[in-house]
Amino acid sequence: MRSEKINRVPLGLKIAAAAGLAFMHLPILLIFLYAFTTEEKTYQFPPPGLTTQWFAVAWNRPDVWAALTLSVKVAAIATAAALVLGTLCAAAVSQTRFFGRETVSLLIILPIALPGIITGIALRSAFSIADIPFSFWTIVLGHATFCIVVVYNNAVARFRRISGSLVEASMDLGADGFQTFRYVILPNIGTALLAGGMLAFALSFDEVIVTTFTAGQQSTLPIWMLEELIRPRQRPVTNVVAMIVVIVTFLPILGAYYLTRDGDQIAGAGK
Amino acid sequence: MTVVAESFVLPERRGTAGRLSDFFWRHPHVLLTVLLGPPLLWLGIVYLGSLFALLLQSFFSIDEFSGLINYEFTLATYRQLFSEANLDIILRTVSMAALVTLVSALVAFPIAYYAARYARGKWKALFYLAVMLPLWSSYLVKVYAWKLILAKEGILTWFFEKLNVLWLLDAWLALPVVGGNSLSVSYTGTFIVFVYVWMPFMILPIQAALERVPANLVEASSDLGGTPAQTFRHVLFPLALPGIVAGSIFTFSLTLGDYIIPQIVGSSRLFIGQAVYAQQGTAGNIPLAAAFTVVPIVIMGAYLWMAKRMGAFDAL
Amino acid sequence: MTTAVLFDNVSRHFGAVRAVDRVNLSIAEGEFFAMLGPSGSGKTTCLRLMAGFEQPTAGHIEIFGETAEGVPPYRRSVNTVFQDYALFPHLSILDNVAYGLMVKGIGREERRKAAEDALAMVKLPSYGARRPGQLSGGQRQRVALARALVNKPKVLLLDEPLGALDLKLREQMQEELKSLQKSLGITFVFVTHDQGEALSMADRIAVFNEGRIQQLGRPEDVYNRPTTRFVADFVGSSNVLSAKLCQRLGLKTASASLRPESVAIAPAADGALSLSGVVAGRSFLGATNRIVVDVDGNRIAVASPAAQSVPAMGTPVTISFAARDLHPMEDA
Ligand SMILES: Nc1ncnc2c1ncn2[C@@H]1O[C@H](COP(=O)(O)OP(=O)(O)OP(=O)(O)O)[C@@H](O)[C@H]1O
Ligand SMILES: [Mg+2]
Repeated sequence: MRSEKINRVPLGLKIAAAAGLAFMHLPILLIFLYAFTTEEKTYQFPPPGLTTQWFAVAWNRPDVWAALTLSVKVAAIATAAALVLGTLCAAAVSQTRFFGRETVSLLIILPIALPGIITGIALRSAFSIADIPFSFWTIVLGHATFCIVVVYNNAVARFRRISGSLVEASMDLGADGFQTFRYVILPNIGTALLAGGMLAFALSFDEVIVTTFTAGQQSTLPIWMLEELIRPRQRPVTNVVAMIVVIVTFLPILGAYYLTRDGDQIAGAGK
Repeated sequence: MTVVAESFVLPERRGTAGRLSDFFWRHPHVLLTVLLGPPLLWLGIVYLGSLFALLLQSFFSIDEFSGLINYEFTLATYRQLFSEANLDIILRTVSMAALVTLVSALVAFPIAYYAARYARGKWKALFYLAVMLPLWSSYLVKVYAWKLILAKEGILTWFFEKLNVLWLLDAWLALPVVGGNSLSVSYTGTFIVFVYVWMPFMILPIQAALERVPANLVEASSDLGGTPAQTFRHVLFPLALPGIVAGSIFTFSLTLGDYIIPQIVGSSRLFIGQAVYAQQGTAGNIPLAAAFTVVPIVIMGAYLWMAKRMGAFDAL
Repeated sequence: MTTAVLFDNVSRHFGAVRAVDRVNLSIAEGEFFAMLGPSGSGKTTCLRLMAGFEQPTAGHIEIFGETAEGVPPYRRSVNTVFQDYALFPHLSILDNVAYGLMVKGIGREERRKAAEDALAMVKLPSYGARRPGQLSGGQRQRVALARALVNKPKVLLLDEPLGALDLKLREQMQEELKSLQKSLGITFVFVTHDQGEALSMADRIAVFNEGRIQQLGRPEDVYNRPTTRFVADFVGSSNVLSAKLCQRLGLKTASASLRPESVAIAPAADGALSLSGVVAGRSFLGATNRIVVDVDGNRIAVASPAAQSVPAMGTPVTISFAARDLHPMEDA
């Protein structure tokens, strides 16, 4: 037990921490309020009245649906690719010893350590040099590149927690490499991979900077939002979509948190 | 139970899986290649290759008349990069990134300190989620939220009005440089949104660094007669510094490269990200865009090198 | 008698570290073989060479007459009880025990039956449904044992299996392991750094130091007749008599060992050897007193029964012992 002294929180600290948290959360809550406003032309506060009609309007907008479908498709495929590549990398780095391990870790982190615009413009100019037309797949390619690190981080943390002797115990009992992977490694890293996959999905679902460079004519949901931000057309619909995006991204984050919470390392500490 | 296997060497598992397993076991390097091959091909060739190709283009130039790229080695583009107008953009961006980092650290520290030192059990989990959710929620939605807040008819103006201090806001907006027509088209607005969007990245690294400080160290300092301010300056701050530096890698890098926030909330003067975007897009000057991207790469390279020397990576 | 494990000049070096260095040994089928040595002396590496997790950098290993090099661990009829037990946390106890049979493709019913029998053998018959996290250290140790034995290995390797248990449980497990080994007739190779454990359980002991075998023999030989100074010191703390003292006693060797129990504080009887010195230390050890006598700078420990009176510090005394208890050694 800690001493009494340590549990007495200085008032100033309490206020500063509370203010900081309020600063982080209030703007997001405001989004929820605006989704119900009756005002169409401006961002007037307080809203002159409340209504749920914009949900129906948004529901019937084919462009919103198209953007949403594209985003989900891109995120799903990018996540799948990132899961495979990130897991392979994590397995190699933590299960074997080889020269240049540090370099591999650095290479994986690079796509998120460098500003997104650099990744985006680099890929775009590479596509144009290689004469690859923009398509669904160019978007996926960009997204998978920066999603790998999320899966990798989660998998490596979990690999570190399963003791090396489990793998040896399995081989000792007669299981070859594939059987050991199937019966020992996979069940032990499964939740970490699931968590990593959810975070990767959230990351991809929300990505806009790289996407503007790799998307061509198609618009994902964030691109749709961006256009609405620059040239607002129907503000109430944007309000509703913003609220839905908040909710949709919260779910995988909460899921990832519950999947990894009993470990000392928790998923998503570095986005 | 006493019957033992016939022979010491057990039979091979039937099928390709068995044979492949034996092969991998005898040739671990092949296995390593199989594991590392796909991700390294992807990142090493697709990603690094693109990056390298981009950097290469910064050594080409654009033909002023035809608007086509002249594929000859030249430093002309870099000379162009260091023209006064462009230096202005670089300086503006770097100062903004530094200021955003500083203020983010100030806002993040109390939250991280509370979470590391006082929050226990359920509260700790709640704190963690309270940081994680804004961190991971949609970037564009966050920017959008601030567009709502900073708008002339928005909540902030309403709030100042209710407090009868609208003149304060007007006085601030009348100031040169930081002011403007309204908050949403001023540097002040850009700055607030930057801090809001990137600050959460600062909290977890600081918290991790602080959690490594043994609680009795703080007690020892106050037992030895240190005032809270002294304890903070001589004990807490130096120990939390690697965490702050680790967090600042994100806030600094993300601010350096962002082009959406200043476009949506801000004045018409450009930041590096916007310049890159404009050069490669409307201007079609890929070499200059490439040269512009070299700036954040060099700055971040130097920054990471410094951070590594300070041991900041342990706090990531 | 078949040879179960044969090491022919086996070395395993990690760069400059000679974890195992030119080791020769041969373990007979059905033998309880102990490897004893201080931390870092190469015992675990030897076991891993037998299990197939390491390959020798030089030399040759045979197990039951077959070459072991190049045979993957999963194709060796050798099983290991790991020091940290390495039970699979995601499987029930029953599934843990049945794991080896499962990967060999044995049917569900049959392997359940075999696993239950194995659990009964280690006296945990009704624990199959639990998870490893719900067992005590001693129980986990038994599960690890059952999990290895259910495969009916030709050799069972145990790496300090009792290291994490408290003293009482340890003694109980020592007896159980010993009788299990006798009834199953499986060759056991047992690693420990506790000399008492090795002496009480093993048929033969190999004493390791710095990757080499210092002495290999029956427990009583290793205990009573250490052949090197290291063994004399490490196994039961024998006295080591210097060359000069040996000479004075009429012995022409570099050094000699002498067990404290073989020495008495008494004038020499017929045919016995004697030395004189002063009492330089005394401590009470329960059943015996340990008295250190200084003979011209040589400190010789004497174990005297607790009933006997203990001479005061500095008292001049004569110590005596039989000539046959003095064992010549190879090194000085
Ligand atoms: N994979 C390895 N790489 C480098 N050195 C190693 C490796 N494995 C063992 N060693 C070294 O070999 C020596 C012998 O190690 P080993 O584990 O066999 O000792 P041990 O007798 O089992 O010790 P302990 O009683 O502490 O378990 C040690 O110095 C160890 O550091
Ligand atoms: Mg060992």
